[in-house]
Amino acid sequence: MNNLRGTLEAKRTKNRKILSIYLTAGYPDLQATVPLLKAIVDAGADLIELGVPFSDPQADGPVIQEASHKALEAGTTVGAIFPILKEFRRYSSVPVILMGYANPFMKYGWQRIVKDAAEAGANGFIIPDLPPEESDEFAVLCHDAGLDLIFLVSPVTTPERIEKINELTTGFIYAVSITGVTGVRQSLPPATHAFLKRLRQQTSHPALVGFGVANAESAQILAEESDGVIIGSAIIRRISEAESTQEACTSVGSFIREIRSALGENE
Amino acid sequence: MTGNQIPQKLTQWPDERGRFGDYGGRFVPEILMPAIHELELEYEKARNDPSFFATLEELNREYTGRPNPLTLADRLTAYAGGAKIYLKREDLNHTGAHKINNVLGQLLLARRMGKKRIIAETGAGQHGVATATVAAKFGLDCIVYMGEVDTGRQRLNVFRMEYLGTKVVPVVSGSKTLKDAINEAIRDWVTNVESTFYCIGSVVGMHPYPMMVRDFQSIIGEETKRQHLEKEGRLPDALVACVGGGSNAMGMFYPFINDKSVAMHGVEAGGRGSGVGDHAATLSYGEPGILHGMLTYMLQTDDGQVGDVHSISAGLDYPGVGPEHSWLKDTGRAQYTSVTDAEALEAMVLLSKTEGIIPALESAHAVAYAVKLAGTMSPDKSVVICLSGRGDKDMEAVFDMVAKGGEK
Repeated sequence: MNNLRGTLEAKRTKNRKILSIYLTAGYPDLQATVPLLKAIVDAGADLIELGVPFSDPQADGPVIQEASHKALEAGTTVGAIFPILKEFRRYSSVPVILMGYANPFMKYGWQRIVKDAAEAGANGFIIPDLPPEESDEFAVLCHDAGLDLIFLVSPVTTPERIEKINELTTGFIYAVSITGVTGVRQSLPPATHAFLKRLRQQTSHPALVGFGVANAESAQILAEESDGVIIGSAIIRRISEAESTQEACTSVGSFIREIRSALGENE
Repeated sequence: MTGNQIPQKLTQWPDERGRFGDYGGRFVPEILMPAIHELELEYEKARNDPSFFATLEELNREYTGRPNPLTLADRLTAYAGGAKIYLKREDLNHTGAHKINNVLGQLLLARRMGKKRIIAETGAGQHGVATATVAAKFGLDCIVYMGEVDTGRQRLNVFRMEYLGTKVVPVVSGSKTLKDAINEAIRDWVTNVESTFYCIGSVVGMHPYPMMVRDFQSIIGEETKRQHLEKEGRLPDALVACVGGGSNAMGMFYPFINDKSVAMHGVEAGGRGSGVGDHAATLSYGEPGILHGMLTYMLQTDDGQVGDVHSISAGLDYPGVGPEHSWLKDTGRAQYTSVTDAEALEAMVLLSKTEGIIPALESAHAVAYAVKLAGTMSPDKSVVICLSGRGDKDMEAVFDMVAKGGEK
């Protein structure tokens, strides 16, 4: 049984939009992560991307760079994430994808990371700097452990490549809305919409749109052309503005409810 | 030997996945994939086009001033008391270092591809200056990312770049040095991928850069081979070059790879000690990992975070190394060692006073090791040092250190 695919397919069948929330593990500290995860699912997230911090996050903008930096300063390690995940699993079965850069996973050990992630109740991986060309062996490990490996596509991805990625990805396709790094954008170019239309025609997996989703309005617009949205930097910014974990949970919770209601409530 | 011979050699390494043995590859965000494939394709076309290399050869000759000499360092040889020491004079190139060899090749390619916006990273500023220079000559827009720590210790080069019409962006993320400048350049590239050409300054990064930069730098080793044959009637016994990312070393080594009698020594920055954060000796102390799009030796923490580095020379201050060097190390074809900040400073003075040549701090690392090495060899042998750059850029920093009574 795969909880991620089941969850996404069920939503898609009912024509409901999927809301995925990104959170950097250990930001602002390790104690805050479980309360924040709970607040995120309580507010109506369908899926969580739990960021594994890295010192050199090439695909991230300043907000997530800063969160990664703070999380590392607070002592977050790859190994420290599994107890957090286990604790969260006692509370919720909402799918959790680990999102991180290749090197900390490689250092931890490719086999070991898959085994420990599966045991802790993770559902899969997103590794931005491990494109299909470099992921053969890791994809086999994930497959054998029943974990999903999600690939990304962008507006500059060629149709032939989209086809290939559609074959390789499991769970969903991560559609990067624009060329650029993660971070809130006030508006998205017309090319984004053309890209999402093209993507929909070409792919069989659910497509979730991330990068630059700023608020309920942009979430709604992007969700119309896809199966749902991924929100990261806008969440991290709210946590950074809060003065306590409790305040962060409240702020993030109300923001997610706003998005949730714009996308259509869960039943 | 001419640049037109470069194409034949490319069939060996890397393989079609951009791997040198296990090392190299394309560990990059999906957004960059089409650009990397395009670059690979365009480079393939260019290297099969004789007019591309004819233009490059002309620029090397008429603009850079190649070939530069292979100078016999007789007083340094006497000081070392062993093998003859020759200096390959990359310091005499236009802009004062080997960096321009690569930049001319890449920006010719950029021009062919119709890319008008050039980005680059720089550590010591030598690659930044070379890129700014060629961008000015070709009439291209240029933006150089440079760590804030490095803009501080290489102020003169910042000014040179700005004077040439380039925009220098100080990078304040991470350790504020070369690796962070590369991160920021990659972030720029993913944002402006369709309009922009990323001119990487060393044999690092994602395929095809390590191969392409090596090819453009191979002129160093090709000239050395020819000049040494002319002077000595045979090949040199040892080559010595400093290694940060490793482009001057790769350019010197590559044409000799199949000449098994020629020993190759890469010299890394040993900094102020062997502890984490005290050096930048990646091949000496590191282990394989994934950084800046490549699988290669790197300095990292127990948790896989990129390690802090230190070197007196901004150009060697990098926690990774070109993947082909990782492969040369594992296969044993090249040896890698390190010398300390203090030894490099001493060697800088030594070369200045024996030969009247002030080397860059980076190149001084190679000088320091070569003197030791030559001392263990007999006088009928020869050692070639790749004198990758001149030391003018370091004068201010060295002056400050001397004034403070030693390095910080």
